[in-house]
Amino acid sequence: MSETHAETAFARKAPVAFVADGQIPASPPPSTAVGPVKWVKDNLFPGPVNTILTLASLAFVALLAYEILPWLIDSSWAPADMSLRGCRAEASGACFAVINERFYQFIFGFYPPEHYWRPTLAFIVVVVSLWPVLFPSAPRKLLILSALSPFICYWLIWGGSIWGPVAVLAAPAVGWLIAAKGGGAITKIVGEDFGPLATIVAAVAGVAIWLLFFLGPVTGALISIAPLALEEVASNRLGGFMLSLIIGLVGIVGSLPLGIALALGRQSKLLIVKAISVGFIETMRGVPLITLLFVASTLLNYFMPPGSNFDLILRVCIMVTLFASAYMAEVIRGGIAALPKGQYEAADAMGLTYWQSMRFIILPQALKISIPNIVSSFIGLFKDTTLVIVIGLLDPLGLSSAIRADQAWNGIVWELYGFIALFFFIFCYGMSRYSQYLERKLRTDHR
Amino acid sequence: MAEPAHMTEREIDRSQMKISDEVAIDIRKMNKWYGDFHVLRDINLTVYRGERIVVCGPSGSGKSTLIRCVNRLEEHQAGEIIVDGTELNSDLKNLDKVRAEVGMVFQHFNLFPHLTILENCTLAPIWVRKTPKKEAEETAMHFLRKVKIPEQAHKYPGQLSGGQQQRVAIARSLCMKPRIMLFDEPTSALDPEMIKEVLDTMIELAEEGMTMICVTHEMGFAQAVANRVIFMDAGQIVEQNEPKEFFTNPKSPRTQLFLSQILGH
Ligand SMILES: Nc1ncnc2c1ncn2[C@@H]1O[C@H](COP(=O)(O)OP(=O)(O)OP(=O)(O)O)[C@@H](O)[C@H]1O
Ligand SMILES: [Mg+2]
Repeated sequence: MSETHAETAFARKAPVAFVADGQIPASPPPSTAVGPVKWVKDNLFPGPVNTILTLASLAFVALLAYEILPWLIDSSWAPADMSLRGCRAEASGACFAVINERFYQFIFGFYPPEHYWRPTLAFIVVVVSLWPVLFPSAPRKLLILSALSPFICYWLIWGGSIWGPVAVLAAPAVGWLIAAKGGGAITKIVGEDFGPLATIVAAVAGVAIWLLFFLGPVTGALISIAPLALEEVASNRLGGFMLSLIIGLVGIVGSLPLGIALALGRQSKLLIVKAISVGFIETMRGVPLITLLFVASTLLNYFMPPGSNFDLILRVCIMVTLFASAYMAEVIRGGIAALPKGQYEAADAMGLTYWQSMRFIILPQALKISIPNIVSSFIGLFKDTTLVIVIGLLDPLGLSSAIRADQAWNGIVWELYGFIALFFFIFCYGMSRYSQYLERKLRTDHR
Repeated sequence: MAEPAHMTEREIDRSQMKISDEVAIDIRKMNKWYGDFHVLRDINLTVYRGERIVVCGPSGSGKSTLIRCVNRLEEHQAGEIIVDGTELNSDLKNLDKVRAEVGMVFQHFNLFPHLTILENCTLAPIWVRKTPKKEAEETAMHFLRKVKIPEQAHKYPGQLSGGQQQRVAIARSLCMKPRIMLFDEPTSALDPEMIKEVLDTMIELAEEGMTMICVTHEMGFAQAVANRVIFMDAGQIVEQNEPKEFFTNPKSPRTQLFLSQILGH
């Protein structure tokens, strides 16, 4: 009923028949509908509340600038007297002379200056080998460099004979040889059912035996034949941003695969694998990182074979990696759990094996979902590297304490911490941007 | 009886629809429980090669569970299921063999959203059948042409309509060259206008002599294509018959009730 009413009312007011007379020429939209005016109106002043917020924010930014800019502008970089006193004599603002003077120390710690080229070269190697990992457009052949880069960088930074890293590099080769060549024979001995498992055990055992018993003698023999060596640099001379980067990178690169393995282990139907994974994850997450660092600096030595001198930074790297991998495992498990059951069923129904469906179906999607959280973990891990200060390593924060204890720079605060913050911000912001790029690139749902 | 809603207008070509004496699937006294809940009870079913079986029944009667047992997406606890001469048990080798021979199409398509249509279709042939990539892509394009969407090969599933996605899912199964196809309510997540395109694809498959078990409520499809209709209720096969008899002359009162509910009002 009401519909007909409306219709008749409409018919009475408006003429029913209508023919357009001619074409209305196209005209540009009014300036209030496009361009900067519209943008400002839509984004800054869309309503009373937003207008107030915008104005308050602008006021805050202005205040901040008013406080900080003079300090930045009236700064001193190179006073005649390189000390806080010298700065104060010259300018009323920031005293960046401290960064000017200690710049290399901030980057390299107490690394011997004549060898600065080695960590620098290592950094270049890292950048080049990350390129193909992060961007698929990079030449694929570079991945070989990526695989070798940990050994190259270790050798460059710590020095010593090249045969040490090469012998360690040989360990996976030993494992692979046993698995590939010995697999058939092992399967014959223990039978079809336990063949694969026994092969893995044999390969792992082979690697362990190689590392424990053959590494030393073989390296020694090779050194006596051809001592290709760089001058050794002791771990306690490493410091600064270099140290943060070493620990952070090792942690990031190591925790991702380990985290994936743990996440799969936790989902596994195999009781023992599951128990080990859960136990590891919960232990690592239940303990503060600082405790683990103390374990690394003191306790871990007791578990090492007597006489072996296991580098402190290496121990810290391992601990940080293990710690981060527990968190990583939970992040990735969340991604795996978010996938609909149908994905597993489709993979199963097509006859894919467990590993195939994990590799092609489940993990690519789970990792994609988890990218923001994974990168958050990475960023957290990278910033946590500053905790190594508690076991006496000279990371940037440790250095700044040392510098502040120096007579010449006693009392300086903002310049040092601002500089360190800037460094961390650059790397963390870089990671954050990369994660956004990756998310955009991998988006295939087009919703 | 009312004219089936989503049926194809064309005549169905029955020349290739031959049922042989060879047993494709043999299910004997099969029982399944979910915990204490007895879902499937004493299922006996022999499917001969070339049969087109439609399974129907009220919601929760165990239709999905039954066909999911055939490729062991669900495990049965008693009785035996023999697919293509291979018994389904805890032996993983048998399982892989059976799954490679049996294609399955799901209600919700279950395409892999991170892979293109073509990659969806070539993944299993390449990794399970070890087909060379190029050959697998040719096969995939062949089947995509068959389901009439070759031009979508390089898109992602999220860019396709529901009907197109389901046809891709069918093509994906066919790429494994299965000898048996299972369909679990392939059209019930689709809008009416898309149901027809999927049913047409299934009819074509039937015309080529594929052995099929379809869980569906498309009774028009059952009448046109099936050689046998199975009615399940409360975990049991209550009645089975050739479609004409089944629809015009149902014996069990449960079947009669069910048919009166879904056909007439
Ligand atoms: N994983 C499970 N665990 C416990 N019970 C289940 C599970 N899956 C299904 N069921 C139960 O088993 C019964 C049969 O389920 P099934 O999915 O086979 O029914 P269906 O006939 O396919 O129904 P529909 O037409 O709604 O798809 C239902 O009562 C259901 O609640
Ligand atoms: Mg169902």
